[in-house]
Amino acid sequence: MTSDILKDAKKLQTSFIPSGNFKESFKEKEHDKNISIQIHERSVEDEITERTFQDVSLCYQCGKCSAGCPVRYYMDIAPNKVVRLIQLGYYEEALNSDTPWLCAGCLACSVRCPKEFDLARFMDAVREIALEKGVEIKQVNILKFHNAFLDQIKNHGRSYEAGLVADYKMKTLDLFQDVDSAPGMFLKGKLILLPHNIKNRKEIKRIFKKTSGKN
Amino acid sequence: MRYGYFPGCSLTSSAKEYDISLRKVTDKLGITFEEINDWSCCGATSAHVTNHKLSAALAMRNIMLAGQQGLDNIIAPCAACYNRLIISQNEVKNHSGIRKETEDLLSVKFEKDLKIINILELFLKSGLNKITEKRKRELSGVKAACYYGCLLVRPAAITKFDDAEQPESMEKIVEATGAYAVDWNYKTECCGAAHSISRRDIVIDLSKKIIDDAIAHGANVLVVACPMCHTNLDMRQRAMKRKYPEHKNFPVLYLTELIGLSLGMDEKDLGIDLHYSNFKYADTLMNNSAKG
Amino acid sequence: MKIGVFVCHCGENISSTVDCLRVADLCKSYSGVEYSVDYKYMCSDPGQKLIKEAIHKYDLDAIVVGSCSPHMHERTFRNAAVSAGINPFMVEIANLREHCSWVHDEIEASTRKAIELMRMAIEKVKRDKPLTKINVPVTKRVLVIGGGIAGIQAALDTANAGYEVVLVEKEPSIGGHMSQLSETFPTLDCSQCILTPRMVEVHQHPRIKLMTYSEVERVEGFIGNFKVTIRKKARHINEENCSGCGLCITKCPIKKKAYNSFEEDLAFRPAVYVPFPQAIPNIPVIDETVCTYYKTGKCGMCLKVCDREAIDFGQKDTIHVADVGAIIVATGYKLYNIEKKSEDSIYKGYGEYGYGKYRDILDGLQFERIASASGPTSGEIKRPSDGRVPKKLAFIQCVGSRDDSKGISYCSKICCMYTAKQAMLYRHKVHDGEAYIFYMDIRAGGKMYEEFVRRAIEEDKVKYIRGRVSRIYEENGKYIVKGEDTIAGMPVEIDADMVVLATAMIPQDDAGSLARKIGIPYDKYGFFNEAHPKLRPVESTTAGIFLAGACQSPKDIPESVSMASAAASKAIILFANDTLEREPVVAKVNEDICAGCFYCMKVCPFGAVEVKDVKDMNGIVYKEVAYINQGVCQGCGTCTATCLSKSIELAGFNNEEIFAEIAAL
Ligand SMILES: Cc1cc2nc3c(=O)[nH]c(=O)nc-3n(C[C@H](O)[C@H](O)[C@H](O)COP(=O)(O)OP(=O)(O)OC[C@H]3O[C@@H](n4cnc5c(N)ncnc54)[C@H](O)[C@@H]3O)c2cc1C
Ligand code: SF4
Ligand code: SF4
Ligand code: SF4
Ligand code: SF4
Repeated sequence: MTSDILKDAKKLQTSFIPSGNFKESFKEKEHDKNISIQIHERSVEDEITERTFQDVSLCYQCGKCSAGCPVRYYMDIAPNKVVRLIQLGYYEEALNSDTPWLCAGCLACSVRCPKEFDLARFMDAVREIALEKGVEIKQVNILKFHNAFLDQIKNHGRSYEAGLVADYKMKTLDLFQDVDSAPGMFLKGKLILLPHNIKNRKEIKRIFKKTSGKN
Repeated sequence: MRYGYFPGCSLTSSAKEYDISLRKVTDKLGITFEEINDWSCCGATSAHVTNHKLSAALAMRNIMLAGQQGLDNIIAPCAACYNRLIISQNEVKNHSGIRKETEDLLSVKFEKDLKIINILELFLKSGLNKITEKRKRELSGVKAACYYGCLLVRPAAITKFDDAEQPESMEKIVEATGAYAVDWNYKTECCGAAHSISRRDIVIDLSKKIIDDAIAHGANVLVVACPMCHTNLDMRQRAMKRKYPEHKNFPVLYLTELIGLSLGMDEKDLGIDLHYSNFKYADTLMNNSAKG
Repeated sequence: MKIGVFVCHCGENISSTVDCLRVADLCKSYSGVEYSVDYKYMCSDPGQKLIKEAIHKYDLDAIVVGSCSPHMHERTFRNAAVSAGINPFMVEIANLREHCSWVHDEIEASTRKAIELMRMAIEKVKRDKPLTKINVPVTKRVLVIGGGIAGIQAALDTANAGYEVVLVEKEPSIGGHMSQLSETFPTLDCSQCILTPRMVEVHQHPRIKLMTYSEVERVEGFIGNFKVTIRKKARHINEENCSGCGLCITKCPIKKKAYNSFEEDLAFRPAVYVPFPQAIPNIPVIDETVCTYYKTGKCGMCLKVCDREAIDFGQKDTIHVADVGAIIVATGYKLYNIEKKSEDSIYKGYGEYGYGKYRDILDGLQFERIASASGPTSGEIKRPSDGRVPKKLAFIQCVGSRDDSKGISYCSKICCMYTAKQAMLYRHKVHDGEAYIFYMDIRAGGKMYEEFVRRAIEEDKVKYIRGRVSRIYEENGKYIVKGEDTIAGMPVEIDADMVVLATAMIPQDDAGSLARKIGIPYDKYGFFNEAHPKLRPVESTTAGIFLAGACQSPKDIPESVSMASAAASKAIILFANDTLEREPVVAKVNEDICAGCFYCMKVCPFGAVEVKDVKDMNGIVYKEVAYINQGVCQGCGTCTATCLSKSIELAGFNNEEIFAEIAAL
């Protein structure tokens, strides 16, 4: 009876084991050099609330978000569990999770959440904070792709695929990825080889500079 | 009412057939618009997943430019651009903090309230009867699975034009072309979107399920309104075949291309030959109809 | 006038932010104050004794108590005053707790505010006049609205106590939702079997006047003296003549035009029908909207076959008036429907579950009918779409409930239990079937309830999966239910043959309009409000109107029945006296200066204002003035504030008293 209800469950790689420590022990680790997260005055939970305009305690852990998440099977922990970790103060585990990076931002969770908690927006904030705190991102390629994409915009005002793919390949050193599309695109005359520069690139650069915070 | 046009990056390259067909079709239907001068990328997924301030500013820059150009509406044919623009606009409207920050970044004051329109709204508003009246080609053999993807109708509270779970507007447009719209399950399931390059494995799995569901419900073509969806569903079919050898090429059309076909336009003129699934639509689909 | 002042500490509730001693001391200096004191608990026995003794010792005429809200202890202090010989309306309360100490934290400022509040009360009490209670007669008859189990129980209890009852039910039969249920938790006894005897008892009771297919049109009057107008809808059957043989029903050629609402639309019914075989009364109704005779003037088959001449196509609605002393409202609930609703409805519907487009996705009541031996499948569990026996059943709890986005925020309270019951029934009937229940929490508080749920899990092997379902869609005749097991942290997908949604219990559609008709408040959903959530749960805030069953909030049968008996006993208590005492805080019109504009009549929320003819010595009417019925007036003061000619005074709160209070500030 149980076998087929957990259809595809094997695809789930890791199960979540909480490290058993709440906020306090997280602070203890502050001095542990191996931990790359720096503790700020405000808790991660507060930061998220501030950025997303919604209180994390809204979520009552029904799991509807995870149930409908298209990328659920590829994530290390369920999306609702990322919220749970933040609620309980297991910030480190939450920020280290793959899940926010795999989230495709499809909003399925947000539109169905019975508590009207915008989980997609929450995921944005978790990623943002993970980056700011210098957490090592496990889904390297995803991050590199985003960086490559943003570099295009920063430099040209628009993205152009040839540059994007080249830059991404440089960043990932995965030269054979995407062999399907690029040459194909080229043949079809879709891959423009020169960037299209917008006129007011200065403004774009300024926006990037002012919003980048640290770097 | 002056319509502004925000093509977005994809429509200038990988999805240029979307741009081509859109321009052809609107021209025929007498819909006019002006491209926003010096528009820039909306920031797409990459901006909002990593830096929200940046994302808001990049999107709002375009809305601001359109305002300055004296436009009242912005047509954003790419579902992802549409979603970024409308969500950023909404956020700026509702949160004075973000508004102020973004205004400072762009050294402007947001005054004009432009309406962001997606491709479905554009055709619904301009009148479906125009399409029906100008129909030249018989498309009754076309059984289309209308694929909205995730970003076109969500979140309904902001997009406010169709139901987020059981949308019907694209079906209405498809039916105006004389084609038949099938009822199916994956209308709004996500194709993996921005993971197209970085996690192609995911995208292939998700897109495969979408195509399979369309086939299972009797569709002979997928109709999309988003370049990201098109990339994942069309271009990724080659890789899909490697992973799922039994997979057969399945045609994926932009909505504008389908409309163009019904208006009697040539496949080549619409840019359909640029698709990867490499399908002779006119032959296959339309002759099918002759056979019944 | 000699006034006594009593300042209470309320433990530390008041004294922690108000310097009570200083307040009491200062009050001594006000003119008229004979005695002033502070004390830790003024409401306690020694506190009351202190008041009584002071009244005697200082020969006080009036007292002012600085304490908690008058809602809490006005009655206590008035009683103390009465037992010491002072009129209860010569007692004023200054609210030093809710209005002062609880809402401020700065001692000096709070103390000054407390002093002001005391001074206002002192100035008012100086002008207070002794008032005496009003007596009104009581009509010892009850109106019960709604004939579900709650209404049935309330009617039987009151009638058995010796009082007459008018029971008004809008459907053709009494029984309510309980008559639709298969078996009932936690004992699994057959619902019809325990309900039908009660229904028969109602029918045969000499003191119960049963009015089915009827609705309350209007309620006038006040506690002890309501006048109720009831519309009895035309059945198009002569009730006297009809023997209930049912020949018309079997012969009616219209078989498939109208859904059978008793079967939750899972079956059809003829144009002439009784809702179910055990209906009380067993008299059919002709549905004008589908009957051929009303469309074309032809057919009349029923007329031909009925040898008792009971068919009466020309029958019209009739209006009846009843005088009653108390009203018990027991109009029950309905279920949330997942279909798409208009944008402004608070109930949005569930698009992710198909907005009701799938025929094998049922709600709880539909499943009850399918599981019921008298239901459309004779108790065999079958799919409505193709009649196949489902081998895998998914139940989803909390649909519409606990959902701020598509439904309501509250928990419907009974669906955990009935879902467990239904899964159990399914497992009993389909031995090789699998039952899965998606739940968020299992709420099984109640005698034998938790044990019942455990039985479903341990004995009947029902699988509970903790997580809300995100989507359901059809694939090859199966319903794919996408969930997440939040305990295992794993996604779950079930290909069910049938899905049962435990949809929320919500008020009847007409709950709001009925409440406005009879003058009782209701909450934002339409559930009727009780007068006090803890201490007066079966009374509405309108005197003489009581609540029973699921019309007040979601309830199961035991709770509905308890509440019904409680409401009945409230009515019986009311009838224990021949007349009623009412608070004399009512408005009175000064007929000499009333200009007869009747603005007061328009604004009075209780309909207490009437027109009165003023006659001269010869008995000739020379003007019309407003007259306020003292039995109806609730003393809200709306008329007083509205009257342009200042001819209305509210006893106990007249203009002089109020102005003095303000002037003291
Ligand atoms: C699927 C399901 C299964 C259930 N199973 C169980 C169970 O196993 N055990 C259990 O204890 N409880 C069960 N219940 C709960 C049970 O149905 C209710 O507790 C009970 O029916 C409440 O009785 P009621 O009289 O308050 O309301 P109702 O049964 O709703 O009766 C109200 C009556 O008032 C009438 N009425 C409404 N408006 C008006 C009006 N304006 N004028 C005149 N008449 C009006 C209605 O027609 C109806 O006859 C179940 C509920 C559901 C939904
Ligand atoms: S759907 Fe909403 S409430 Fe439920 S677990 Fe997800 S975020 Fe929390
Ligand atoms: S937005 Fe992200 S977390 Fe939410 S359903 Fe989509 S992919 Fe999953
Ligand atoms: S007259 Fe109406 S109710 Fe009577 S048999 Fe004909 S259709 Fe049925
Ligand atoms: S009773 Fe149970 S199923 Fe019903 S709303 Fe409450 S928790 Fe949900």
